[in-house]
Amino acid sequence: MSDATTPETPSLLLRIGRFLRDNPVIPLIGLLFALIGILELMRPGIISPFWMGNTMRFAIPLAMLAACQVLTMLTGGIDLSAAVVATVAGFVVATATPLVGVPLAVSIALGAGLMVGLVNGIGVAFARVHPLIMTLGTGLIATGCLQVYQRYVIATGSEIPAFLVWLGTGRTGILPNSLYVFIPFAVLILLLLRYTGFGRVLFAIGSNENATRLSGLRSWQLLMALYLLSGFIAALTGLLYVGIIRAPSLSLANPLLLPSVAAAVIGGTSIFGGRGSYAGAIVGALILTVMGTMLTLMQLPEGARRIIFGLIILLVTALFVRITNQR
Amino acid sequence: MTRVLRSNLWAIGLAVLLLVLLGLTKLIQPSFGFNGLESLARASLPFAFATAAMAVVVIVGGIDLSVGSMMAVCSVTAAVLMTMMGWVPAVAITLLVGLAMGAINGSLIVVTRVPDIVVTLAMLFVWEGVALLILGSPGGTADRALTGMVRGWTGPVPSALLLMLICVFAVWWPLSRSKLGLSIYATGSDEEAAFRSGVAVGRTRVAAYAICGLYCAMGGLSLVMLTGIGEPVPGPYLMASVAAVVLGGVVLGGGRGGMLGPIIGVFVLRIIRTMLTLMGVDPNVTTIVEGSIMVAVVMLGGFIMLRGRKT
Repeated sequence: MSDATTPETPSLLLRIGRFLRDNPVIPLIGLLFALIGILELMRPGIISPFWMGNTMRFAIPLAMLAACQVLTMLTGGIDLSAAVVATVAGFVVATATPLVGVPLAVSIALGAGLMVGLVNGIGVAFARVHPLIMTLGTGLIATGCLQVYQRYVIATGSEIPAFLVWLGTGRTGILPNSLYVFIPFAVLILLLLRYTGFGRVLFAIGSNENATRLSGLRSWQLLMALYLLSGFIAALTGLLYVGIIRAPSLSLANPLLLPSVAAAVIGGTSIFGGRGSYAGAIVGALILTVMGTMLTLMQLPEGARRIIFGLIILLVTALFVRITNQR
Repeated sequence: MTRVLRSNLWAIGLAVLLLVLLGLTKLIQPSFGFNGLESLARASLPFAFATAAMAVVVIVGGIDLSVGSMMAVCSVTAAVLMTMMGWVPAVAITLLVGLAMGAINGSLIVVTRVPDIVVTLAMLFVWEGVALLILGSPGGTADRALTGMVRGWTGPVPSALLLMLICVFAVWWPLSRSKLGLSIYATGSDEEAAFRSGVAVGRTRVAAYAICGLYCAMGGLSLVMLTGIGEPVPGPYLMASVAAVVLGGVVLGGGRGGMLGPIIGVFVLRIIRTMLTLMGVDPNVTTIVEGSIMVAVVMLGGFIMLRGRKT
């Protein structure tokens, strides 16, 4: 994107914006390294192989949950039930393992995620409820179900399956073991978005749903599959996350909701659909994790952190709107 | 007379439904009487204000997801202010804070041209953070005069109900008869047409969001009145208010519906909770049933909107 292709001289902001839009990952990686540099200045000596492994370990569940947001945002939706689903999956697997054994507990947890995804899909694809309201509602219901479930297992205690602990907290060299799950997962999502019909149709629906329908595509089938997939990914994230945290609670993964949306938005995924990439969201998750470390070092209270996250989402989205309107 | 009846048909139907549900409650629990009504009116208070706030922005064609968080900000503001000054200036300042927050939401939507759903989602977290900064944990205090206002009976009406109706309609009644009210409906039903016929669409939208903020301030104040303290963590008001608005006959998408329907809708949803509690259902199960009803109501609203668009 150079000046020669455009007749008028675009403003600096516009040029930067265009570059950002076309290659969101490159400037993002630059930003990531800049942040790491600032962190090193703030607390010299903090950057070590150990720190890097730790950062990756906490960025991975965030990046996986961000996949739910990227996929649904491509169609112009969002999945606000993702964090609750992750919590449900994590809590269920930890409390059901002593009762029914590992394989069944894992399948129950994943099944719960699929159930929520199914309800979301029905609401979004058939009743045409806005995904935001729909997923908010199912998240609420799922939280209620979890509270009821908790009363029945309160006496059984909890046990986190050994392989989840190994995945969550173990290391191979300096790298966290959760990469064994995350790398195949990320490759699959990237391939899914780039090379399969499903991925391309997601972009198409987000760009113009009417046109997609008129060209003979049954969008309800796609939305159904999409929200099922999103529920499944969220449940998977919950399994991994409970292995990292090792203490199941009723609000286990809930604090990840806002960062997962922020990671997707920072990564260049448009919340209006039709544009985005998962690679960007992965870098976005890393950026947010590094920023989280910085905010902790600055000893900002929880309230200020939420304000900053909210403003980041707003700022980035506003920037995207400006860029697309001036195109 | 028939015109008044017809334009309020939905609200009248809901009122009948409410009466039926009240009768059912009496059947389930014969001791349900004045005390039950009074506590129902009190429990509905914050929900009613949240719903009024949501109704205004839905009518203008938007939605405000930050309703719960704004109520939390106002509740902690009021509770903290009341430790320093009398309740009258504290209430006045809180109402202004609500108005300002709503205006900020509206202005951000108009200026950035980002869809309302995204802006208010981001602001949900911002206001949540603000509430936590003002008060890290539940605290503060409420003036005796204020907490007394929502207890007991004023003549034949529960005081809480009376207070709510006065506050909601003191704002809504003059508004809906003013030029601004007309502009709000016009903008909601067709923004383009409203703009072409000379409505200042942007200003109307900001005003509607400001009024939403004002109602949120009342909601936050009602929380302080009910509990006597400020609570920085938002309650479950967002989903409940959307459901009550849809149930009350306000179309998601804007331009149609009134204030009476949503307010009756709040009581319908609340009485269902009372009924479940009286039947001895586990409170957590009640949450699930309530959530399912809300989702079902919103889904039904979606179906109706789809059919309306086709015909």
